[in-house]
Amino acid sequence: MDDAANDQTVNMGRLRWHCRRGLLELDLVLQRVIDRGLLEELSEQQRAELFELLHYDDITLLAIVSGRAECEEPRLKGMVDLLRSV
Amino acid sequence: MSVPVRKFDAVIVGAGGAGLRAAIQLSEAGLRTAVISKVFPTRSHTVAAQGGVAASLGNSEEDHWHWHMYDTVKGSDWLGDQDAIEFMCRKANEVVIELEHYGMPFDRLDSGKIYQRPFGGHMSNFGEKPVRRSCAAADRTGHAMLHAMYQRNVKANTQFFIEWMALDLIRDEEGDVVGVTAMEMETGEVFVFHAKAVLFATGGAGRIYYSSTNAFINTGDGVGMAARAGIPLEDMEFWQFHPTGVAGAGVLITEGVRGEGGILRNASGERFMERYAPNAKDLASRDVVSRAMVTEINEGRGCGPNKDHVMLDITHLDPATIMKRLPGIREIGIQFAGVDAIKEPLPVVPTCHYQMGGIPTNYNGEVVVPKDGNPSVPVKGFYAAGECACASVHGANRLGTNSLLDLLVFGKSSGESMVEFIKSQPAAHKPLPANAADFSLSRINRLDNQKDGAAVGATRLAMQRTMQAHCGVFRFKDMLAEGVSKILDIEQQVATTEIKDKSKVFNTARLEALELDNLIEVAKATIVSANARTESRGAHVRDDATDTPERPDGRDDVNWLKHTLWHREGNRLDYKPVNMKPLTVDTIALKKRAY
Repeated sequence: MDDAANDQTVNMGRLRWHCRRGLLELDLVLQRVIDRGLLEELSEQQRAELFELLHYDDITLLAIVSGRAECEEPRLKGMVDLLRSV
Repeated sequence: MSVPVRKFDAVIVGAGGAGLRAAIQLSEAGLRTAVISKVFPTRSHTVAAQGGVAASLGNSEEDHWHWHMYDTVKGSDWLGDQDAIEFMCRKANEVVIELEHYGMPFDRLDSGKIYQRPFGGHMSNFGEKPVRRSCAAADRTGHAMLHAMYQRNVKANTQFFIEWMALDLIRDEEGDVVGVTAMEMETGEVFVFHAKAVLFATGGAGRIYYSSTNAFINTGDGVGMAARAGIPLEDMEFWQFHPTGVAGAGVLITEGVRGEGGILRNASGERFMERYAPNAKDLASRDVVSRAMVTEINEGRGCGPNKDHVMLDITHLDPATIMKRLPGIREIGIQFAGVDAIKEPLPVVPTCHYQMGGIPTNYNGEVVVPKDGNPSVPVKGFYAAGECACASVHGANRLGTNSLLDLLVFGKSSGESMVEFIKSQPAAHKPLPANAADFSLSRINRLDNQKDGAAVGATRLAMQRTMQAHCGVFRFKDMLAEGVSKILDIEQQVATTEIKDKSKVFNTARLEALELDNLIEVAKATIVSANARTESRGAHVRDDATDTPERPDGRDDVNWLKHTLWHREGNRLDYKPVNMKPLTVDTIALKKRAY
């Protein structure tokens, strides 16, 4: 495996693991993303955006995903919309 | 085969509330402390705790630790150890104030003191009337607690190993604990963490049930590792359930929905609570409602293709009332049940919430096992705290807000015990046994080479469905016995799980297979212990243990006022007495638990 392919494998694995959360509600939403194969369909840019969202703490992320709060970063809106729609 | 070894004074597995609290104690004592966690500490399941932490500060009205102790003993249905309960309730104020000093943003009164609110089961003057005892930070108490304690640990130079999974406990030939093995997820490499003392603070294992409020990370890793290392598990038959979780998801539906007029219906649309509680109907207490729901399901009147849930109906309520009084419910229904509760009923089922049993400890956080006729001999170098441990303060049933208190008090006390133990030891570590990592490596090797084995997801689901149907909130003699044999069959499948992806880096399939090894130990301990305990007590309620004058609510103190100990080897049970003697006050005498 070349370095780029290896990086990609690491990143996909890490992304999948970062979908494991402290709150069940987030686990359920993010598991849908995984089960529907959406992670694999994301562009590199979109994966970076999802990574960034997954760095939010659980309480804030749940409020965003449930539509009770808006994300402070407008450039993440596309990814927020995806999480809200699954 | 040799693996890399990392050496610390103390190793803590789990970075939720209990692990972080213990780590503060160790690091601030100047000891080299490692904390191993599957996820970033502030993403631990402690984040889900909303209700608050109990402490008899008496900021809003008179309160006393002795009243808190009485409530906790009564809540435990007298299965809690009264020495540990006195210890916890007396220490509550101290650990809450310490947390405040760590920067925890508690809600406050105008006077500047910590605001306190009432919570179920917490009363003044030995059960007289509700008291304001819960200290909270809005509805994000667990979240704020994790952040405050994580920051304190960073300051104290605790060394975190994040996205590492502990695999097995290492005991030497004398049975002393000298470390753990752990896998770095990013590389798949296995390491030995060599330590003078090890603390398990790995949380609960609610994922053994099909319907659970627990996050996916709650796979009982510490409990499973302890069982594999020959430590018995205490009182595992006691699990707290909530009557209304969204079926198939586990997300809680607040009791307020029934308070606002929500009605439970079976497959034929019947309002079945009218048969079980003609007066209170859908507003009967949690256990009565849960029991009725399970009876409907077991007798074939459940809903859905598997007839495994009932419906919570609010379609008769004015939509404006729903939006005003129950704003989150519509959102939960749409997001987690695919149902708009204004138009259609919500599928619900009693849902597992909290594990009362666990790794047996005393109130100093030392893991204790039976030896030479003594039921509670400490295992040198081994400690446990929080939901994975059984001190036992919750006994057969936990009071709300006592879980955060448990992890603070016993996180701290285990940390203190570890400091004292480590400082009493020679400068050099006890040697590791030869090939300390071999057992863990053989488990991974087995997984990598398994052919024609069982799929992890399907096996886990079979275990969860069996536990839900056979050992849920309301238990039946024949169902339990049948469930034991099913779980033992599933154990055989767990021993042959196969993963298709053999890669090393962030291999989540491998991690889930290793987690299932832990879950199955918890499931076995739970159902075998529940099958044997032929009384009803607290959260363990059996159909065949009926209410008589000698056995109120089916509780049989003559035969069953004792702790269960399940041993993995031979799937064997034995028992040890409940400690009815508090540290300084009189015993809180047995009586019927009534509110």
